[in-house]
Amino acid sequence: MILDLDRFLAAGRPSWSELEERLDRLESDPGHRLGVADVTRLHYLYRRAAADLARFATFSSEPEIRGYLEALVARAYGEVHALRPRGRQIMLWRLLSRSAPRAFRRHLGAFVLAVLATAAGAVFGGAALVLDPAARSVVLPAELAAWPPAERVAWEESVHADLLHGVRTRFSAQLFTHNTQVSIFCLALGITWGAGTLMLLFVNGVILGAVVADYMGAGHGGFLFGWLLPHGAIEIPAILIAGQAGLVLAGALLGRADPLPLRARLRNVTADLGTLVALCAALLAWAGLVEAFLSQYHAPVVPYGLKIAFGAIEAAALAAFLALAGGREP
Amino acid sequence: MKASSLTVRTPEGIVFSLPLAGPVTRFLAWTVDLACVSAAMTVAAGILGPLGLLSLDLHQAILAIVYVALSIGYAMLAEWMWRGQTLGKWLFRLRVVDEQGLKLRPEQVVVRNLLRFVDALPMFYLVGGAAVFLGRRAQRLGDVAAGTVVVRALPRREPDLETLLAGKFNSLRGHAHLEARLRQRVTPDEAALALRALLRRDGLDPAARVDLFHDIAGHFRRLVEFPVETTEGLTDEQYVRNVVDIVFRTRGDAAAS
Repeated sequence: MILDLDRFLAAGRPSWSELEERLDRLESDPGHRLGVADVTRLHYLYRRAAADLARFATFSSEPEIRGYLEALVARAYGEVHALRPRGRQIMLWRLLSRSAPRAFRRHLGAFVLAVLATAAGAVFGGAALVLDPAARSVVLPAELAAWPPAERVAWEESVHADLLHGVRTRFSAQLFTHNTQVSIFCLALGITWGAGTLMLLFVNGVILGAVVADYMGAGHGGFLFGWLLPHGAIEIPAILIAGQAGLVLAGALLGRADPLPLRARLRNVTADLGTLVALCAALLAWAGLVEAFLSQYHAPVVPYGLKIAFGAIEAAALAAFLALAGGREP
Repeated sequence: MKASSLTVRTPEGIVFSLPLAGPVTRFLAWTVDLACVSAAMTVAAGILGPLGLLSLDLHQAILAIVYVALSIGYAMLAEWMWRGQTLGKWLFRLRVVDEQGLKLRPEQVVVRNLLRFVDALPMFYLVGGAAVFLGRRAQRLGDVAAGTVVVRALPRREPDLETLLAGKFNSLRGHAHLEARLRQRVTPDEAALALRALLRRDGLDPAARVDLFHDIAGHFRRLVEFPVETTEGLTDEQYVRNVVDIVFRTRGDAAAS
């Protein structure tokens, strides 16, 4: 049996056209919410078009009509079966205050691994500098390697003029954009089954460890922590969270002890990846502001004790937020 | 094996497919998007220009943030607001969709665009391009991680059967038993092939057109033999058109029109 196309088209056209119109309206406004009557009607029209497609596929194989019906059913299927967040906008505040700490705690293992990779790098960097002073130019960034701690501290403490006057906001923006790019890389390299993320975290750790060893070895611990802690107390966890996201992605790719297929594993972590990235961006924006407006001012302009206390308070607040905010999992 | 389309089976048991986009079209769409970001950046610099007179520091800070926001956020915002399309994708009729045929979720848009940083390595999307070439579903790494695919969003319209079949005399009508036999013996695939040949006939080379309809008509003639007086003087193409009319339009009134 072959379908009578005339009759088939005449019977189906009104409902297909109505379905198309409703889909056009929905697609023109992503936040559009439907009433119960509209949802019921949309669902009916979708089932009707799906049934027409099934009937057509069985009794005819004319590709134009089949393509038209497939495209229509595909559009409607996406609308009818997909879950979307309620409301017109994604609630950023809710995302950061509730979803983000929950996502962080859900993947605490990945965060610990990110911390371990960074710590291993820090130990390596510190040890390299202590055991082989000639490695200084290799493990430290060029601008720090060329400037011995004692000379820098003496210079910074002797200059009372505001060196960032007129460039402070730009400096803050540059720090934010640079750190954002590093964090995105940290996450994105999770696609290398985590190897790239771990390497990036390790390298960050090497630099951090070498800087700490350099300044501590020269007896300038106060300067070091006064310089690093105000922004580092937020910036370093932010990069670790980006690394955590990368390792979560890697975990889903590897799927160790997880019976779900790869696509299902990835689907299960995508929401958490997006949430962790949003948290990371918010933390980096704050760290950029602090680094430009506070970290670059040293004693006697801003006492080291005050800067260290500020950094410690930030770190404690962040730890408390990540540990407690958002409540228990529903 | 590399698939040319994404096949989705719905919970209702309906199967539909979406044609996957190739790497070349995707690359072209990306170059358009790159031009869009550059243009937007130029416009932003022009708009923010007067701010530089008040504070050069603030002006440069905002420009730096706008640049990063545009280069990272443009595709995210566009794909979210325009259902998986950026300007480049719209121009080349491409669309990002969920690999299960569902609507894109915001986190999918975020993840696939953040992973561009790896796909773009070491330059000109070589990593992403290689993944598209080698992957079964033509996905770059960002698509794999986000569970998305890029499909060709071709405009679909119902074929205009009225223009093709209506208003023409069909000499094969009037032999009800032979019409019924024809409908019984012609398979859906054969009927679709004949209809498709008629719909596309104007695009065929004249010699190929004659050969094609000769073959199709010959096949249908062997299936059912109509009386000589009804087929006398009919060209092969007219014969095929009459067969298609009988097969796809079963109502008796179609013959009279």
